[in-house]
Amino acid sequence: MSKIVFKTEKLGISFGGLKAVQNLNLEIKEKQLYGLVGPNGAGKTTVFNMITGVYKPTTGVFYLDDENLTGKSQETINHKGIARTFQNIRLFNNMTVIRNVLVGLHNQPEFNCGVVTSIFRLPRFFKTEKAMRERAKEILRVVGLEEERNNLSCNLPYGKQRKLEIARALATNPKLLCLDEPAAGMNPHETAELMDIIRSIRDKFNVTILLIEHDMKFVSGLCDEITVLNFGTVLAQGTPDVALNDPEVIKAYIGG
Amino acid sequence: MKLIETLLNGLSIGSTYAMIALGYTMVYGIAKMLNFAHGDVIMVGGYMIFVTMSAIANPIIGLAAAVIFCLLLGITIEKIAYKPLRGASPLAVLITAIGVSYLLQSTAQMIFGSAPKMLILLDLGNLEFGGLKIPVYTLVTLGCSVVIMIALSLFVKYTKVGRAMIAVSEDKGAAQLMGINVNGIITLTFAIGSSLAAFAGFFMLLKSPSLTNTLGAMPGIKAFTAAVIGGIGSIPGAMVGGILIGVIEAISLTIPAIAPYTDAIEFLILIVILLVRPSGILGKKRREKV
Amino acid sequence: MASNLKNIKWKHYVNYVVIAVLTVVFAVMSLTGSLSSSSIYMLEKIAIAIILSVSLSIVVGFLGELSLGHAGFMCVGAYLGGKASVLLEPIFGNDILCFVISIVVGGLVAALFGIVIGLPALRLRGDYLAIVTLAFGEIVRSVFMNSSRESFGGSLGLNTPRYDKNVLFIFAFVLLLICLAVTQNMIRSKHGRAITAIRDNEIAAKATGINVTKYKLIVFTISSFFAGIAGVLYSFSNYTVQSTKFSYNYSIEILVMVVLGGMGSINGAIISATLITFLDLKLQTILTGDLAVLQDLFYALILIILVIYNNAPALKGFREKYNFKTVLTKLKLKKAHGPGHVNDDEAKWDRVPTKINMDEVLSVDIQPTSHYTPDKPDKED
Repeated sequence: MSKIVFKTEKLGISFGGLKAVQNLNLEIKEKQLYGLVGPNGAGKTTVFNMITGVYKPTTGVFYLDDENLTGKSQETINHKGIARTFQNIRLFNNMTVIRNVLVGLHNQPEFNCGVVTSIFRLPRFFKTEKAMRERAKEILRVVGLEEERNNLSCNLPYGKQRKLEIARALATNPKLLCLDEPAAGMNPHETAELMDIIRSIRDKFNVTILLIEHDMKFVSGLCDEITVLNFGTVLAQGTPDVALNDPEVIKAYIGG
Repeated sequence: MKLIETLLNGLSIGSTYAMIALGYTMVYGIAKMLNFAHGDVIMVGGYMIFVTMSAIANPIIGLAAAVIFCLLLGITIEKIAYKPLRGASPLAVLITAIGVSYLLQSTAQMIFGSAPKMLILLDLGNLEFGGLKIPVYTLVTLGCSVVIMIALSLFVKYTKVGRAMIAVSEDKGAAQLMGINVNGIITLTFAIGSSLAAFAGFFMLLKSPSLTNTLGAMPGIKAFTAAVIGGIGSIPGAMVGGILIGVIEAISLTIPAIAPYTDAIEFLILIVILLVRPSGILGKKRREKV
Repeated sequence: MASNLKNIKWKHYVNYVVIAVLTVVFAVMSLTGSLSSSSIYMLEKIAIAIILSVSLSIVVGFLGELSLGHAGFMCVGAYLGGKASVLLEPIFGNDILCFVISIVVGGLVAALFGIVIGLPALRLRGDYLAIVTLAFGEIVRSVFMNSSRESFGGSLGLNTPRYDKNVLFIFAFVLLLICLAVTQNMIRSKHGRAITAIRDNEIAAKATGINVTKYKLIVFTISSFFAGIAGVLYSFSNYTVQSTKFSYNYSIEILVMVVLGGMGSINGAIISATLITFLDLKLQTILTGDLAVLQDLFYALILIILVIYNNAPALKGFREKYNFKTVLTKLKLKKAHGPGHVNDDEAKWDRVPTKINMDEVLSVDIQPTSHYTPDKPDKED
């Protein structure tokens, strides 16, 4: 019914002799909440690194809206519409919250304002600055950080830093938003809140979300479909109920 | 004939550079910082030889005094200037190192003045056979540095402390968890590097007897070039790079048309190597973790 | 238009106003003949130093990359601008047109060198970039040093036309104002945000779609452009260009000005450049011979102490408690805002912190994976 936004075909990468990920086929439909789960070292973050251009895949291709983005630079992939967050938070620590989001808005065509325009302070400069600020506040409102906008990002508590990272990624206006362990380090209350936020992000921004998570309750409560990875290979794919009850998956997690 | 003389000369210059490059490469490998002041430790060693020699006219005692003094100086610099900055931005550490370099140069000038000091360590004369004229100091330099380098390689490879050094250079955090005294290893590295610098100072004075407060600045940068060419962090790389730079320098100096551009040529090689193969000839490539 | 005016933060324009007023005052003094030639010389040197330190500060303080070749770009500007002036003098006479063309030539050629060296070199980071720029500076110097007598004067140096000393420094100040306007306007725009984002976390900046290479190149080019202009001014101020002046020691001297002024602070760079140049020239007459080195000793010590104080992880708590700002707020007995709480509203988009935090980009991450939970699948339905 709904069309496929993001697709990988036989995606794989090896470091030296180690095949970190192999033969990964994903099909993510529009506005889907897609989960990528698996034990530690299964290669989940490596998948993110490949589809955001940090690593070049050794085999396979991936498409966003039927456009082949394999091997493109990080910037290009971001411009085309894949944004991400990091497992170990990477904010611009010396900047205020709103500035972090403003950096995310940098490449939006509606806020285009060249270096020369900025240096000569042409009227366009003031107009875009103001518009960017409004937009940034809007995004911060969605993740519930509007009140904190003038605090330094490094002074935020952990959970809020994660939300800010999501806000910054959202600001780049992605089609596919990749969240690397968004609930890590959050308490149950915050986790529940985050689930609501992620759903509302999907609805408000019309974005498809791919997320890595360890918290199985979080995954099964949120995701429409998941892929379970182990040692770089796919163990199971499908709805959370089906995939998590797959005997292979249970074996991988419990051992034996 | 001329070519052989030039090559030998190049080998001796090169082994001096290699000696300095070892200091850079070890410190870079283990403390992950460019010790900009390393070249100036050579100069301090030179002055120490000068001071000792004016009391006791024995070059070996002079060298010993210089080695001990530089060793202590290296440790002091590390403890006072670099240790507080462990974990700070590499930019801050580099700027501090530049400050230390300046400090050493100006202190030396304060004490000894800016006029060059003449210091003839040993007149070893020339060795002649079959029309080949070889200054003995080139052979001494070459021989000593080869011995020192082999000893150092064996030390790093086969002793417990040496292996701990490799571990620290691979991963500080993991080495610490394995019970290695990381701070101690870093201090030791500085001590070794600085005493090697004293040897280098000795060889440089053996070659040309003029001693100023900027004695070590240019050779220091060239030796860093050598370390980079060989692959920073690699001990054999430092030797290969040092000798390569030395030979290039010796050859370039004998050709009148390009002789004035010798420094420029060496720097150009550095730039090209860094752009084409930043990990150097023998260095390992490092992958960033995201 | 009215709303645009409201958006302007007048605080940002204090430094222009101060410098412009001083320029007018000194210009009047100079034209009425009440300024001694030594003061005029000092004013020229101060303007040159400020241009140099402000242009280096955008590379070091805002982009967070270390360039040790600033004197090299200055050298290119000095020789090429000086040469342009020599060639143009017979045509235009030594008037303003000749001056302006020389300045533009010097700046543009230096900027061109900035692009040529920057394009490949900016892939390198940290120490390696520092050493490549240092090597570049030394190569440039060596080339000019060994040039023929007719082309660039070789080791004897290049003599440049003499401009009216009473006016030259006024032009230097005007150029300084232009330099300030360009750098500050760039830093206080979305492009400035992108540049500081690269400094704060290059990996995150890339992932956020910032074109890192483009911005590094822009900063590098603008910086070398103004270094070139400073070089041309220098050649006019001294009547001659000597390649020995532009050794890497001079690059380091400029770096000292930037660091003393506080990384990422343009006003700091201006103040420290002024102070250091002033002290340099005053002490030159007092400290003669080997005593002159006392000054270098002093700078070296200040540099080390300041960097350690500002960056040492162990002193973090101390810094937060006793930094300049908190002491100032205490003195003013303002209503207390918690430390780190920035009171200003969003209009303060130029807030650039003065310290550079640990750069995770260079170091290998050693922190363990944040949580290891081999949780089994939750099978409750």
